[in-house]
Amino acid sequence: MEIKVNEELCCGSGLCVVNADQVFDQREEDGIVILLTSDPAPELQDAVPTAAAVCPTSAIKLVE
Amino acid sequence: MTTTGHEVDNYPFGAATKLELNPRYAEVRRGEGLLRVRMPFGGEAWLATRHEDIKFVLADPRFSRAATVGKDVPRTLPVGSPGSTLLDMDPPEHSRLRRIATKAFTTRRVEQLRPGIQANVDELLDRMVESGQPADLAASLAWPLPITVICNLLGVPYTDRGSFRTWTDTALGLAADQYDEILSARQHLSEYIAGLIAQRRVQPTDDLLGALVVARDNEDRLSEAEMVQLGMTLLIAGHETTASQIGNFVYTLLSQPGYWAQLVADPQIVPAAVEELLRWVPLGASGGAGGVRIATEDVELGGQTVRAGEAVAVVVASGNRDDKVFDHPDEIDFFREHNTHVAFGHGAHHCLGAPLARMELQLVIATLVRRIPTLRLAVAAEEVPWRAQRVTRGVLALPVSW
Repeated sequence: MEIKVNEELCCGSGLCVVNADQVFDQREEDGIVILLTSDPAPELQDAVPTAAAVCPTSAIKLVE
Repeated sequence: MTTTGHEVDNYPFGAATKLELNPRYAEVRRGEGLLRVRMPFGGEAWLATRHEDIKFVLADPRFSRAATVGKDVPRTLPVGSPGSTLLDMDPPEHSRLRRIATKAFTTRRVEQLRPGIQANVDELLDRMVESGQPADLAASLAWPLPITVICNLLGVPYTDRGSFRTWTDTALGLAADQYDEILSARQHLSEYIAGLIAQRRVQPTDDLLGALVVARDNEDRLSEAEMVQLGMTLLIAGHETTASQIGNFVYTLLSQPGYWAQLVADPQIVPAAVEELLRWVPLGASGGAGGVRIATEDVELGGQTVRAGEAVAVVVASGNRDDKVFDHPDEIDFFREHNTHVAFGHGAHHCLGAPLARMELQLVIATLVRRIPTLRLAVAAEEVPWRAQRVTRGVLALPVSW
């Protein structure tokens, strides 16, 4: 699973962090998403799609 | 005059009573889904009642908030969009302004506030318990807590709460004859925030209002009007909605049998319970509280065509009861999985304060459950008084004993 984040679309809600904090973080100065790893560990297979699904601006794209 | 030959419903469908959702929404969701309605002000609009359509409207860039500014658009609020506020802007201008404030509401920042907010809750509960029963939970806890938190965050003096709470309450009126009062209340709030900003130009502070001044004066990231409006938005949204929901949530937990007991027996489920209450409790008195969107081109929505220039209002409370998304949607179920409610909205305008609201709601409910497990209403549920003719639903008082 490969992850792409779109910083322009991101509204800084932090919902991705709440769901998968090993994969996503927020920039300190404006809360915009930081992708910590574009190739997460297998045990995060569920958390990452959930994070992508709850993102208010669909800023997270998963590429299988 | 109708546009399609169908009868056009007047909207709202009826006055909001307590936390009851008008049964027309379920009918519409099952029927047209997207309904043509006549708004109290500004003419006809589309009403989106289904979860899927609501998310679509809130996220799709062809539905504009900026296009409503300065126009007599169809709406539920007597006074139109002021402009220069977050909610009246579209990306990219919206993103520029919003990102000045998002720093204060990141997951990490809000987590750092936890011990302080817990201390606020405990102190307020100490006083409530000390004053004896019955107590008014709205006056003792539901209002003071979010006001304390947002005052600390923004740097607004807690001692001014009587004034700004009154101005806010007036500014959120729905009745046509409140037009002048609403404008006047907004003016008062604007002058109040401008005064606090002026103080910070003499003596800089490290609170959020101080940060807005730095963003303006040192970095030119926003205009004077945007800065004042942003301060107002943060103050209003930072106390009114959370205070209303604390009252709404505790009322719901205490007035329907079994729910409070579930939380007392298993306090670990409080966060899930808060999410379920966010879904189930209709905070808005009606849809369109966040303002309508205007289509900038023809858009296919819910099997119909919204023409360029037409207005669409969403009813998140209806989307949150959509049985295509939620099993047994009208029941409160703390063990619901995949609770994808839209209580905080969707798209670029998703509630900026949501992490803070969640923190406050979770801490209030968890602390009440832990410290006052025998909490109950001190009057019959039917005797709890409710606000009327306001953008949000809320109790006027919540008499409790324990």
